Amino acid sequence: MLDSLHSPKSPIRSGIVPAVGLFGLVCLFVVSATARAELTIEITGGAQGALPIAIVPFELRGGGNLPEDVAAIVSADLHRSGRFKVSPRDQLAETPQGGAEVDFSAWRAAGAENLVVGWVETMAQGQYAVQFRLFDVFKGEQLAGYSIPATARGMRRAAHQISDIVYKRLTGQDGAFTSRIAYITKHKVNGETRFALTVADADGWNPKDVVKSREPLMSPAWSPDGSQLAYVSFEGKKPAIYIQEVITGQRRRVPTFSGINGAPAWSPDGRQLALTLSKDGSPDIYVYDLASGDFRRVTDHYAIDTEPVWTADGQNLLFTSDRGGQPQIYQVSASGGRASRVTFEGSYNARARVSPDGRQIALVHQERGKFYIALQDLDNGRMILLSEGGLDESPSFAPNGSMVLYATASRGQGVLAAVSVDGRVHQRLAIQKGDVREPAWSPSL
Amino acid sequence: MRFWLASVTLVFMALFLTACSNPPKPEPVGDKPAEIIDGSAASGAATVEIPEASTQGLAPEPGFQGDPLNDPSSPLATRVIYFAYDSNSIEPQYFDVLAAHANYLASHPGMMARLEGHADERGSPEYNIALGERRAKAVEQSLSLQGANPGQFDLVSYGEERPAVEGHDESAWSANRRVEIIY
Repeated sequence: MLDSLHSPKSPIRSGIVPAVGLFGLVCLFVVSATARAELTIEITGGAQGALPIAIVPFELRGGGNLPEDVAAIVSADLHRSGRFKVSPRDQLAETPQGGAEVDFSAWRAAGAENLVVGWVETMAQGQYAVQFRLFDVFKGEQLAGYSIPATARGMRRAAHQISDIVYKRLTGQDGAFTSRIAYITKHKVNGETRFALTVADADGWNPKDVVKSREPLMSPAWSPDGSQLAYVSFEGKKPAIYIQEVITGQRRRVPTFSGINGAPAWSPDGRQLALTLSKDGSPDIYVYDLASGDFRRVTDHYAIDTEPVWTADGQNLLFTSDRGGQPQIYQVSASGGRASRVTFEGSYNARARVSPDGRQIALVHQERGKFYIALQDLDNGRMILLSEGGLDESPSFAPNGSMVLYATASRGQGVLAAVSVDGRVHQRLAIQKGDVREPAWSPSL
Repeated sequence: MRFWLASVTLVFMALFLTACSNPPKPEPVGDKPAEIIDGSAASGAATVEIPEASTQGLAPEPGFQGDPLNDPSSPLATRVIYFAYDSNSIEPQYFDVLAAHANYLASHPGMMARLEGHADERGSPEYNIALGERRAKAVEQSLSLQGANPGQFDLVSYGEERPAVEGHDESAWSANRRVEIIY
C-alpha cells in the first residue's frame, strides 16, 4: 500500500499498489515544497500496527476559503509520527462537519477506528475559532472536543495543537507537533559560503533564519524552557558562544578565551551552561554559571574532552573523550572528580544526548567505516543502532522521546533525518538549497 | 565532475609540493668547450673537437629579490600541511617546509602566523573541532621547536566547518585534513 498525500493546498491523490516490503507497510508521504516549506519530509519506512484514523476536511462556516487546510496538517503530523495510518481523503466514508452529523455505522464499515471532524468559525476580523471533535468509531463516543482560537497566521499552530491532543488521547504520550527544530544551513552565494541558524516548526514549515553569518555557526542548544538558543559563532574569525532570545533576537556573548569555545549544553534547571574550553591546553569541560558569570573546571586531562551534556537529574555530565585512545563517552560529576567510562562497544562513540526520561543516550557510533546513530540504555549498557549508517551525526531527541532527529548526507547533500526510537519509522527532511546540519529539537513549547 | 576536479587539484598540489621540496637546481655552467657532433656521426665517424671555439653559458638569473614569503619557488610558498586520517603527526615531506617557516618567523619576530586547523567531515562536529585544534598545535609546536616564538601564533580550529574541497569521498577528505599557515 502506498499512500501519497500532497501539500495542504493541492488536490489529494492516492493509489493502491501491491505491497513490496518484507516487513509490511512501507508508506511514502510527501509534503510538497512551497514558499513556506523549506524542508521536505519523506517517510521511508512505516510501522506495523499503526492506528487507523480518518480526518475529515475542515470547512470555514459561512463559506469562504480556510487560511490553512487544517485536516491536511493534522493528517501529515499523525502520519509522520509512524503511529497512525491516515485514511486517504478521497476514500472517506462521508464528510460530516460536526459530531451530530456523523454516521458511525458508515465509518465502522470503512474500517476507521478513530475519526476527527472539525470546522472553523470566523469570530472577528482576522480571528478564528478552530473546532474539532475526536471520536471512537466503534463506541460511537466522543474522546475529545476543543475550540482553539487562532489568527490566519496561527492556524498551522492550532492544527499542530489538535495533533498533540489526538496523539495524547490515543497513545497516552505527549505529542511533539507544536515543538520546533533549530538547525544550521550552509549554502553558496556567488561562490561564497553563507551560514544560518534557522528555527522552523517541527514539520519543517515556517523556517526563519535567526542568525546569518559568513563564518561558521555550530552547535545550537535550546534552553530547557525553549526561550533561548545557545550556539557557537566564528564571526570575527574566532569561536565564541552566544545566548540568544528566540523571540526578540537579542543576544549576549559568553566570555571567551583563547582556543576552543564550544559545545554549549544547558543544565536541566537552565542556570548553567556546560561547555568546552581549551584555554589551558587541551579541550576540557567547564561549567559556566549564567547568574554569577563564574567558570568552574570539571575535567582536567591532556586528551580531548568535549561535547558535554547533562544527565536528567543535573548531577552529572556525560562527555566525549579520547583519553583511552579513541573517542568514547564518559561520565563525571558536575562538580568534577574522577570520570568513568560509559560506552564500550566499538572504537568511536561520541556526542551523547540524554533522552527526556533520562534512561537512554543517543550517540554517534562508528562501525566498519560508517557512522550510525545509536541508542544506549544507561542502566544495562545495551546499544542498538537506529540509523541506516553513513555520515550520520548530531542526534537530538524529540521532547516526548519518541523520535531522534539527526544529520546525514544524501546524494552529496547534508540533510536531516529522523528515526523512531524503536527504529521502525524513518523520515528524511531535505532542504531545498544547500546543506542542513546539526539539528536541535526544542523542548515542548 | 567534482571528483575529477578534486583529483586534478590533488595531482597538481602533489606536483607542486614535489617541486617545492626539490627546488630546481641550475645546471653547472662552465667554459669547457662543447662537444660538437658531426653530421657524419650517424655513419660512425668520431666527434671532432674544435679547440679554437669556446662556449659561454648565460649567467644565472639574479635570485628572488622581494620578501621570501612571496617567492613562489621557496618552501615558504607551501602554506598547507596535510594529515592522515585521525592523525596529527607531521609527515616527513613537510619537514623542510616547516623548517623554512620556522626560520622565517625566527628572523621576522614581528611577524604573526595564523594556524587554522581543519578536519574532514566524518564524525561529530565538535569532536572534529578538537581534532583540528590538535593538528594546529602540532604545527605550532614544530615551528616553536625550530626557533619561532610561541607568541607569534594565532590558533583557530574550524573542524569540519570550512572544507577546502566539497565532497563526500576520500579525495575530498584527504584535502580537508589540513593546517593552513596564514601570514
